[in-house]
Amino acid sequence: MLKIEARGYESRFWRYASPVLALLLTGATSGLIFMAMGRPAGVTVYTFLIAPLLQQDGFEALAVKAAPLIMMGVGLSLAYRANVWNIGTDGQFTLGAICGGGIALAFPDAPAYLLFPAMVIAGTLGGMASGGLVAWLRIRFNANEILTSLMFAYITQYLLVYLVTGPWRDPQGFGFPQTALFSDTALAPRLIEDTNVHIGILLAPMIAIGLWFMLEKSLLGFQFRVLGQAPRAAKFAGFRENRLVWIAMLISGGLAGLAGLLEVSGTLGQLTTTLSPGYGFTAIIVAFLGRLNPLGVIPAGLLLALTYLGGDAAQINLGLPNAVTGIFQGILLFYLLGCDILLLNRFRWVPLKVV
Amino acid sequence: MNDTAPSGPLLKMTGMTKQYPGCLANDHVSLTVERNQIHALLGENGAGKSTLVKIIYGVVRPDEGEIIWDGQTVNIQNPGHAQRLGIGMVFQHFSLFEALTVQENIALGLGLAKERLGLRERIVRISNEYGLPLDPDRVVHDLSVGERQRIEIVRCLLQNPKLLIMDEPTSVLTPSEVRKLFVTLRRLAAEGCSILYISHKLEEVRALCSAATIMRLGKNVARVIPAEKTVKELAEIMINMDLHAPTPRPLAPVSAPSRLVLDKLTIRSPHHFGTDLKDISLSLKGGEILGIAGIAGNGQSELMDALSGEILAGKPENVVIDGVPAGHKGPHDRRRIHGCFVPEERNGHGAVTTMTLAENAFLSGFTRRALVRFGVIDTKKTSAFAETIIKAFDVRTTGPKAQARSLSGGNLQKFLVGREVLQEPAVLVINQPTWGVDAGAALAIHEAIMALAAGGAAVMIISQDLDEIFVLADRISVIAGGRVSEPVLTRDATVESIGRLMGGGSAPAASGEMAVA
Repeated sequence: MLKIEARGYESRFWRYASPVLALLLTGATSGLIFMAMGRPAGVTVYTFLIAPLLQQDGFEALAVKAAPLIMMGVGLSLAYRANVWNIGTDGQFTLGAICGGGIALAFPDAPAYLLFPAMVIAGTLGGMASGGLVAWLRIRFNANEILTSLMFAYITQYLLVYLVTGPWRDPQGFGFPQTALFSDTALAPRLIEDTNVHIGILLAPMIAIGLWFMLEKSLLGFQFRVLGQAPRAAKFAGFRENRLVWIAMLISGGLAGLAGLLEVSGTLGQLTTTLSPGYGFTAIIVAFLGRLNPLGVIPAGLLLALTYLGGDAAQINLGLPNAVTGIFQGILLFYLLGCDILLLNRFRWVPLKVV
Repeated sequence: MNDTAPSGPLLKMTGMTKQYPGCLANDHVSLTVERNQIHALLGENGAGKSTLVKIIYGVVRPDEGEIIWDGQTVNIQNPGHAQRLGIGMVFQHFSLFEALTVQENIALGLGLAKERLGLRERIVRISNEYGLPLDPDRVVHDLSVGERQRIEIVRCLLQNPKLLIMDEPTSVLTPSEVRKLFVTLRRLAAEGCSILYISHKLEEVRALCSAATIMRLGKNVARVIPAEKTVKELAEIMINMDLHAPTPRPLAPVSAPSRLVLDKLTIRSPHHFGTDLKDISLSLKGGEILGIAGIAGNGQSELMDALSGEILAGKPENVVIDGVPAGHKGPHDRRRIHGCFVPEERNGHGAVTTMTLAENAFLSGFTRRALVRFGVIDTKKTSAFAETIIKAFDVRTTGPKAQARSLSGGNLQKFLVGREVLQEPAVLVINQPTWGVDAGAALAIHEAIMALAAGGAAVMIISQDLDEIFVLADRISVIAGGRVSEPVLTRDATVESIGRLMGGGSAPAASGEMAVA
């Protein structure tokens, strides 16, 4: 019979091989699902993962989608390493977009060198405020941050809907639920003329490298890691848990807010009722796929960005429903967490025998 | 228990082998327990005693080997099967629900409704018969540790076992409770229930057991009659080296300044069922070792946390380290004023087991060893510090990059004690310095503590091991029910006088014993 047996140590090989195995299993399983839906499996997986890159502007679109995922995934990997379970980045993303977008709408005539930095600051502060509130509730009332951060995500979404359909609605917008277009000075600087490749695409990997250094090399990062792995040892060392919870929520919230601001000022150019196609939740998968390592988050962010493009392609080319993206991502997270059993355990075939 | 006894040994195990990943826990071990025998299983931590016992109790399946129980070859499937065969076990750590009564706890352990019929009467009868006084209606969290152990024993005896396995039963008992337990065990053996007694307390084994199987590194090394050997000889067989006693040391001069002062320290325990500290006043001079004796769960961990700064005191003056009021300072700031600490639990408290030794050296050493530059970890210096500890304390490991969990208990404890001692503290507080540590490592730790005191530091050791306290301490206090007794000079103290103070906190135990007498 097949037996699961503890290794007694963490396998280095499976540390890196487990996400790859998860990816292969996800491909196989979604292939089966597509077959059940009456589509040829090979073609569908090809449409999902390869075709988007072969299109003109394929890589450009990928980078634009990946940037917010990487920014949020990096913040989350830091928080999760410290056992701070922020799952409301979607809300922090939205609040960042509202705050930064609000500045853009209020001062459309301000010069670019003032307006864009002010939006960046407002967006980041908005995300930090949303994350900080969650930290405060956990510390002050011992409220579980998994619940509070998720609930704030919904509250923020409704705040956005209220603003965009109410006071901030574009008077010349024929009643559509959207704000006026931002002025040109409010748009994120482009790296390449006439494309969507904005400054955030450069910023995201830089933030990942910076936070990797912080987490692995600095005293502050060490405190996060100890708090996550052995809270009592953190206490013994004199690391203050409350302070670390604050910092983790402010960083992950702030990065989500920044990602939200860059999304509206870099790609959308206005606020609408649907700013995020679930970026905040996808970022959770990104963080785990990247092994909660900020450097690993970069390829993980690119991959999950690809599933968004693939979902669009599957809708257009194969007539599959939009939910396919969510299904694909869900299967991936399932296998990711499942394959991690191989880190500390191994399977062994044991013939039945009498002792 | 009154079976017409067939001849031959009760339990005969041969060639027992169990391979864990990376560790051969039992390597062709044999064990024979005769009828009516109290048989000791001796060995250091990690010698493979627990694995062997888990095989007998059906918790672990062996890879090889034959078990003959009562003349029959058996293949013990699980603990339920072991119980049906007549094997009972009292674990070192009890599994009792604090909020339930004695009877409820015992009933929970019995599977079938019919087994619960007349339970109360049977509990009372067995506890009277074997000198194990128990009130079935008392709630467990009011009971002393000794009484809790009695529940576990009675629970086993209800099954009419032929073999009772006891894992380190005396580590939680006062000397007088130990004597009572021995009376019970001798009586059980005489009536036909053999006892397998696991311990590393050699005096006890000599007094109680008529045969001993000694294990080292997963193998049998000897089968002896304990009474025919001295404690020193037994210890030497156990660890395979010559033991020498730590060198004695002169007392601290009376004029030396006080380096650690506790003044009316009162702490509410942050834990459910924890022990509050009440009005503790103590003073330690430089060069002095103060031993705090006591039975587990009488406020030791609260005292440790209050000294290390994990729990803050009400007023700064409650804890004074080297002349600086520190009651409101956290662990980090107490290290700055030359206080160092070794908590009882190694895994996850004193050390992060999933981190490397270098990272663990950094954990509490970064302040005093200046291992941080501009907020960044100085990896070179950190690694060098870990290397120094490994060398100075003879820590058996592959180097600073080894994960803490890859070390044996004794080696990790040497590393943690070394980490604090090498920070040259003015005040060192250690909770259970050699808990679960082999004799060789214990000796090294004792010598390091003495050397540190000889260098002028004030050392407080909190320990449940009276032998250790008598060897190390200049003065002894006892912690019972969260209060600490007036220290007495070790040379004026006896095991009996300290033992009386240790039991002093638990009045219920005393009244229970009266009922029997």
